[in-house]
This record gives sequence, C-alpha cells and structure tokens, in this order.
Amino acid sequence: MARVEAEVGKRPEGVWGGLIKWIDDRFPMTETLKYHATEYYASKNFNWWYVFGVLAFVVLAIQLISGIFLTMNYKPAAVDAFASVEYIMRDVEWGWLIRYLHSTGASFFFIVVYLHMFRAMLYGSYKKPRELIWLIGMMIFFVLMAEGFAGYLLPWGQMSYWGAQVIISLFGAIPVVGDFLVETIRGDYSISDITLNRFFALHVIVLPLTLIGLVFVHIVALHEVGSNNPDGIEIKKNKDASGKPVDGVAFHPYHTTKDLVAIIVFLMLFFAVVFFAPDMGGMFLEHANFEPANMTATPEHIAPVWYYTPYYAILRAVPDKLWGFILFALSVLLPVFLPWLDRSRVKSIRYRGWMYKTALTTFVITFITLGWLGLQPATGTYVLLARIFSVLYFAFFLLMPYYTAKDKTKPVPERVVYHG
Amino acid sequence: MTDDDVDRIDRNRRHFLTVATVVTGAAGAGLASIPFLASLRPSARAQALGAPVEVPLGSIQPGEMVRVLWRGRLVFVLRRDEGMLARLPETIGELRDPDSAVVDQQPDYAANETRSIKPEWLIIEGSCTHLGCAPLEDFDPRPVEGWGGGFFCPCHGSKFDLAGRVYKAVPAPTNMRVPPHRFVRDDLILIGQDTGAA
Amino acid sequence: MGRFKMIARLFAIVALLTASQSFAAGGAALDHVEFDPGNKASLQRGARNFMNYCSGCHSAKYVRFKTIGKYLELSEEQLIDNLMFNAEKTFDTINTAMPADSAKRWFGTAPPDMSLMARAKGADYIYSFLRGFYLSADSPTGVDNRVLGGTSMPHVLWELQGFQKALFSEHTEDGVTTHSFDGFELVIDGSMDSEDFDDFVADTVNFLAYIAEPIRSERRKLGVWVLMFLIFFWILSVMLKKQIWKDVK
Repeated sequence: MARVEAEVGKRPEGVWGGLIKWIDDRFPMTETLKYHATEYYASKNFNWWYVFGVLAFVVLAIQLISGIFLTMNYKPAAVDAFASVEYIMRDVEWGWLIRYLHSTGASFFFIVVYLHMFRAMLYGSYKKPRELIWLIGMMIFFVLMAEGFAGYLLPWGQMSYWGAQVIISLFGAIPVVGDFLVETIRGDYSISDITLNRFFALHVIVLPLTLIGLVFVHIVALHEVGSNNPDGIEIKKNKDASGKPVDGVAFHPYHTTKDLVAIIVFLMLFFAVVFFAPDMGGMFLEHANFEPANMTATPEHIAPVWYYTPYYAILRAVPDKLWGFILFALSVLLPVFLPWLDRSRVKSIRYRGWMYKTALTTFVITFITLGWLGLQPATGTYVLLARIFSVLYFAFFLLMPYYTAKDKTKPVPERVVYHG
Repeated sequence: MTDDDVDRIDRNRRHFLTVATVVTGAAGAGLASIPFLASLRPSARAQALGAPVEVPLGSIQPGEMVRVLWRGRLVFVLRRDEGMLARLPETIGELRDPDSAVVDQQPDYAANETRSIKPEWLIIEGSCTHLGCAPLEDFDPRPVEGWGGGFFCPCHGSKFDLAGRVYKAVPAPTNMRVPPHRFVRDDLILIGQDTGAA
Repeated sequence: MGRFKMIARLFAIVALLTASQSFAAGGAALDHVEFDPGNKASLQRGARNFMNYCSGCHSAKYVRFKTIGKYLELSEEQLIDNLMFNAEKTFDTINTAMPADSAKRWFGTAPPDMSLMARAKGADYIYSFLRGFYLSADSPTGVDNRVLGGTSMPHVLWELQGFQKALFSEHTEDGVTTHSFDGFELVIDGSMDSEDFDDFVADTVNFLAYIAEPIRSERRKLGVWVLMFLIFFWILSVMLKKQIWKDVK
C-alpha cells in the first residue's frame, strides 16, 4: 500500500496493477480517490474542532448498521412494538448491544452535529464561497431532527406516545390548514397503530435515504470549494510551483491518520456510555419509556429528548399557541440565514473583535441554558428565565448584521498559523 | 547517522506503524461484527418455541394419521394397521433406498425395515425430499398399478411407501426424514428429542 | 481560552443543579436502597419473595425462568421446585394466573407487569412503596400508600410487616395550612421486626432491579475489554499520526 502511495501518478505494475487499470478504464476509481483523498488538499492547521464532520459520518454508519439489525426483530405494530423491543433486549443474541448502540448513537449524533455546527460559527465556515455547504448542512439537520422524532415513537413507551402526541398537536396551531395537517400526519384521529407504522416507514427508509443523499451532496459541495480552516484563510490563493496550496496537506494520509485518532477517542467515549451508562441518568433512555404506552394516563412530566429541549424551551416560553409555534419554527430556521446575517469581512473568530466574541459566548450559554430549561417543568422562575434566554437567542441572529459590521477586526495573515 | 539512515528508519517505522494500525483496526472490525452476525442465530424465544412437541397416541386408530407441527414443520404420525405392515416388504424392489443407506434421513433407531422405533408407529416429516411440498396420503393399495400404499407428492409426482421410502424414477432423491423422537410412555411420544428427560 | 473556561463552569453549575435526591412524582421523599447485583443470596431470596407474594397478581412477562436460574446459580430442580408454580418449562416466562380483565374489574386497573418497573420508577420508589402502606378507613382495601396515594393495591405483605398508621402534622404559615407526613407508627405487629422487613423488601427490590436488565453485569464486564482494546488502538494511532505528520512544517 505504501509503495502505491509513493508512486502516485505512475501506473503500478503486476497483476494488481493490471486489475486496477481494468477498473480505471471502465470506472473513475483512481481518479476519484485522487480528487477526494490523495490529492484533496486541506489546511495543515486543522484543530480538533475539525473532526466532528467525520465523526458525524461514523455515527451515521453506526446508526445505519445497528438500525438494520434492529429492523430484523422489531415489530412496527402498536400491540407488538414494546414487547419486540424487550424481545431484542432479552431473547435475541446480542440484541441488547445492538439496541444500546442505536439509542446511544442517537444522542451522540446530536452532540457531534451541534459541535460540528459550532465549528462553522467559530471559523466562519458558512461564509462565501461555502454558503451552499451550510444550506445543505442545515437541511441535513432538519432531516436529522425528523429522523430522531420518528424513531422515538417506535419503542411505543409512555414518553414515545405522549411526546409524539404533544409535538404533532403543535402543528394544529397553524391557521386554516392546521387540523387537516395534523390528521394527515397521524393518519388517524389520534396517535395510533397507523401512525406508528408510517413513522416506521419514515424512520427506516425515507429519511435515511434522504440523509445519505444529502451527506453525499454536502461532501461534494465541500470538495468543490475546498475546506476552510481555523484562520479563515483561503489556502488555494497561495500555491507552489506544482499547483499545490503551500498551506495544504493531502487529505490522505495526513487528515485520515489524524481523524483516526479522533475517531478512536470518540469510540472510547461512545462505548463507555454504551457499556456503563446507556440510560445516562434518564437523559438518553428516559425512565417513562420503560412503561408501555397508555392512552389513558399521561406521565407527570413530558419532555422531549434532551437534544430538542432548547427549541422546546422557546416554544413554551411564548404564552400563545400560534406564536409559540411560529417562534419555535423560526428558532430552528434562523441559523439557515447565517451566511447573510454575518457581515464581517473576516471569517475566523481569531481575527474578530470583542462584539462577536461576546455574542457567540452568550449564544453558547443561551443555547445550553435553554436546553436545561426545556427539561424543567414550566413553572415559576423557569418561565421567566426561558423568556429572557429566548430573547437572547433571537438577538444573536437578528442583531448580527449590526454587530458584525461594526466589530473591529484584526488583520488576517497571508499564511495559516501552524506550530507543528 | 546520515540523513539517508534517518529516512530509512522513518520509512520502516512508518510502514510498521501503518501495518500495525491496519491489522488492529481489522481485528477490531472483525470482533465488532460478531454480535451482529450472532444476532441472526435463533433467539431464546425461537429456541423456546422450537422445543419438543408431545403427541398423545391414545386416540389414533389403526390406519389413521395425524399431522402435528414441530419447529414450524409438518410431522406425520401414522398408526400402521396390520395390512399396511404386511404390504411394506412387497414393493421393496421399486425403491431407491430400501435399506435407508442415506444416514442423514433418519436417526439410528429408525434405520430398519419399518423406519421406526415401534413397527406400528411411523413418525415422519411431511416434507417431500425433492423441493419440500407436503405429500398427500395415498394409503389404499392399487395392486394393478403395483401401488402398495404410501404418500404421493402432488407438486412433481414423487412417491413414497408406507415407511416413507422413496420410489425409483421419481424426482425426489431420498427417503422422507424421520425426526428425532422418543416414546415417553406407550401412549405418548415426544417429537424433537430422543435422549434424556423432558 | 476564556470562553471555554466559562462554558466549563456553566456545565458544572448545570450538573449540580440537576443532581438531586430522588423524589416520587407528587413530592414524597423516597428512602434509599442499594442495588446489589452481585449478592446472589439476596437475589435468590428476592426471587422467592416475588414468586410467593407478587406473582399471584403481577406478571414479569419478559423474564424467562431459565435466565433467572442461570444467573442465580440455581439447579433446574431448585428452579422448578421453588420458583415455578404455574409454568411448565424453564424457558417459559413469568406469567400471572390472574386474568387481566378480572383483575381490572376487581382492582379498577390491572396490576402492572414488573419486568421493567425498576427501570421505569427506580428501586428507591418500589422500596418506599412496599414499605409505605398505612391504615386508611376510606379505602376499599383498608390501606393507602404514602408514595402512591389512592393505590388500589392491598397491603399484601401485612402478615410480615403488620399494619402501620401514618402521622401527619399541620403547619400554618401566612394563613396557609399544610399537612406534612411525619412518619409511621406500627399499630399491629407482623411476624417480622422492622429491620427484617426492610431486608425482606430490599431483597425483593434487588431482584426486581436485576430482572429489569438481566444483562447488566455482563455488559459492564465486556465494556472493560472493549475500552482496553480501544486504548491500545488509540496509542498505535497516535504514534502513526505523529510519524506521518513529521514532514509537515
């Protein structure tokens, strides 16, 4: 393998070389490998914020594989679903592990994706010419939220049922078409076996296929313009005599070997949870969901899974059903506009002024606090706090054209900052 | 050390580390695949449902056959009457495997002239050894045709005698299978188990 | 790195805020019981308790006798003789003989299945519940429960614990009168003193916690091996990365 790498550009000899040539004459294999890996140049100064893209890919693979094996034993009917999950946990050989991989993977998917999005906010990765990558990424985020929502109904526990009941009813807030929409989504007059079956189809086929397609397009768009970096410099502007960016290193073997370290660290954290704390104190596998769905008894405390809670907190903060829905939808949609809200001449936070740094820090605190508030009951001081932080959340986006234009930036260097 | 020496050590080390990492990764991937592949095995519930089946014999008349399911498969329990037992040796010449030489098709205790533990009771899987259709009962002898009675498969015309032995010149290659079984008492058999206690 | 310190501090605050004593829904403070999955003797007693006192009404329909027998290190005879009353085969699940619709008629609601109760409500809840029955003249069963007020479950362990009554005290503050629970007082003795009864319930809860996730000890053991493998793999990958990146200036 090492020898083939060293002689990139020269056709390797022998039987192996002959096979490669036969394929290359009929399929752009070596060409694709070169374009996307061995001759794709990315900046040498990537820090650890840059691993979350490949980690998202790893989690996607874990979800797909564990999901396929779960589908072999899960029964998508209201009368069987809950029991089939226990069947997987107890009777199917290694079923418990496959189930925990999938439930832990769901939570880790959102951890990784939120950190991946945050990286873009740190280094301006959504700015020109990468707006389309960001838009596709936001679409992936929406599909992922839908995928998690559909998946959560499947165990048919108390939280599955009542959580779905609450969230689907939300759409009833839309004037004129609301009730029609709700009935159409449900396929019935209340959440039932019919809803379960179609959410199964969504979760297992429709949304995964869409997700895979979007991820593919996301990476193609990235490779078209090249990756950003922590200094926000376009490395393609500075090329050497042979046309290679002076600040770039080939994706393979440099970033592949670096990503491998990150992947293994990730797997250590991931498996630590899978084997030692799959419930995560009720955050990853909620207590109420160990009771089968009971249409006559709502649990005392309904909350969506932790990764939806920031948006849920905003929804509940508004004392009006329709406006709550609108602001909730807006809070999810606003990040889409970041490439155009952000007026800074500079991409990376390293060269931005105090205004943006303050705004971003506040945003992080706001997002986490809203998430925590979404888990609490909507009473007393919590309501006031949720309202304050909701305002802060919207302020981050809506005031951005102002504070990013006015912010005093530092001069951006010609070459990336790399300390070896 | 010269620059070349350093280079060579580096390249060797690089090669060693690459191989070591790839091998470890492959080993990890291999180990990780075990739970997934193992999950395809029959689960505890399948094993529970695939447990041996008891069949009481008291109400079965001579010449009568009952059908039972074991592991989702059809099993015939036939109480052969004296006439049937007498006719068994008559058609031996027509059979492909009269001595049950193909050992996979029956346990040791059924490798005899009646292919059973007790001559009266034939316990046999109701599955044609050609492609798996369920053969039909055809117990009445038709001496004109040389038919002593047995089973007839409607799918492709295979024929078996009253001990489930396959005729020559039919698509089915082997005798019908005898499942493991034992007599718990004279009037009670257990299909699916031939040793030890229940 | 100022912003990261801030975020780290925030996490710490959030963590502290969410860590709290367990409370039942409705606010009853729960007594704590330690989950002791390695104590096979306790689990055996718990299994016996469950089959003798609970399985008449409550099923544990996802649990197979065979699984329990293996983990509790019981022989097949011990399993059949001591734990299997209605079941025939060891691979049968723990079902209750009480028909669900009759149960609903008699109690108003069918006694819930116990397979996952410890994961749904927690061991502390069940421990406090089973010890929390008190005499109540208004109830059709003659008792109420401080953890789940209005429960239709009778005090099935009355022969062991006896009967207790609940003491309430009144506090009036700013014109608002609140009743608070002040403990129990035993009025009719059972066959066990309170310490023995607590142990009896603790064993039972231990068993329930075990059946909620029988694979728990095995998954933790396996986890150690997986992490050890990953540490080894990680070391190799770091060495490889450093080697490859040596020529980057």
